Amino acid sequence: MTAPTQTGLQVQGVHLWRGERHVLRGVHLDAPLGTFWHVRGPNGAGKTSLLRVVAGFLWPEDGKVVWNGQETRHLGDEFGAQMACLGHEPALKADLTARENIRYLVGLRRAVTDVELDAAFSRLGIAEHADRPTRMLSAGQKRRAAMVRVLLSDASLWLLDEPFTNLDVAGVELFTGLLAEHAAGGGVVLATTHQPIPAPGVRTLELA
Amino acid sequence: MNAGEGTVPTGMLAAAAATFRRDVALAFRRPGQMLQPVVFFLIVTTLFPLSLSPQLSQLRDISPGILWVGALLSSLLALESLFRADLEDGTLEQWVISGQPLAVQVLARILAHWTVSGLPLVAAAPLVGASLAVPASAFGTTMLLLGLGTLCLSGLGAAGAALTLGSRRASVLLSLLVLPLAMPILIFGARGVDLAILGEPTRGPLLLLSALTILTLSLTPWAAASAVRISLE
Repeated sequence: MTAPTQTGLQVQGVHLWRGERHVLRGVHLDAPLGTFWHVRGPNGAGKTSLLRVVAGFLWPEDGKVVWNGQETRHLGDEFGAQMACLGHEPALKADLTARENIRYLVGLRRAVTDVELDAAFSRLGIAEHADRPTRMLSAGQKRRAAMVRVLLSDASLWLLDEPFTNLDVAGVELFTGLLAEHAAGGGVVLATTHQPIPAPGVRTLELA
Repeated sequence: MNAGEGTVPTGMLAAAAATFRRDVALAFRRPGQMLQPVVFFLIVTTLFPLSLSPQLSQLRDISPGILWVGALLSSLLALESLFRADLEDGTLEQWVISGQPLAVQVLARILAHWTVSGLPLVAAAPLVGASLAVPASAFGTTMLLLGLGTLCLSGLGAAGAALTLGSRRASVLLSLLVLPLAMPILIFGARGVDLAILGEPTRGPLLLLSALTILTLSLTPWAAASAVRISLE
């Protein structure tokens, strides 16, 4: 499945209203493949809204989102398959083990083997917790488990909303490394955080 | 990790099967919750013989109605949880961007929901039937009708549950939405049990209920999928 052009992600003049509030006022973003964007701004500046617009969960009042030369609203499910999202909620069922959760969520997209799962869990440093029920994991461990899902998703566009929440210092470093690696490998990363992202080549989009 | 090299994308049916398996597995981790509707069904239907005269002929006359109203109300109990937890923990978002058609995922959810909430009612039907003086010869048809009816209701309920995802206390609203639509199920279902008790042919109600179920299951997943998308806004 080759897209007509490999130009990455463009957000063009997006305006979004939430009730009476004009949250996004003409946001532009050009994120070609291989770029790592840090979306910054004070609380309520619309960081999450921007990510949700890009993901297609919110429809903007004006403007458009373009992925590899095509408007995402015309791409439908095909666009979803090329995108991985890490939101505030990790989408893990408390009664299932981390492995069962991730195997299911990745399995919706592609066939996944135990070897791959093991490798990804150890990469995120939670190999010994993979077979515990998710309800027994700490918030940081859940976040790492959710990152396993992103890592295995085969998506080239990563949308990460506050990925560093609940992570320890080593975790922040690990996540930063994974995001930078994904961008370097030809993917696109959009991440919102309040703290600076200590990786080379990170571009910043400031929302007011 | 590089994207897309040598990995096999999951097909639509395989993804639906995975959702079905996971939903059923999840339900079995909480057996108490799963059994609530069937316990409710048993209790409500045994209240009638206790409160009415225990005359068998009279019980037999009203048993189809009791059976069906009981099954309808018990199924309603389980409906609100159909999508709620998945909305709250972010699973619905993952469904939407999984690259799989959302309506097919919703259909898998409907079937799984029926397996854990509708099938136990069907299994309990002979017990309830016996307490309501339904002759054993009518058990088979009754179970078949109940199975079709609860499946149809799960389909209707999915659309209702998805539409009411936006409101906090949705159970009353959900009942108001779903119960009027469920009336044909009640009418044909009860009539079918009635005929079965009298020993008359039940082909008519069975076919009508099957048609209703097929119609519901082919339309409501789309409606529910659209409503789920709206609920993410």
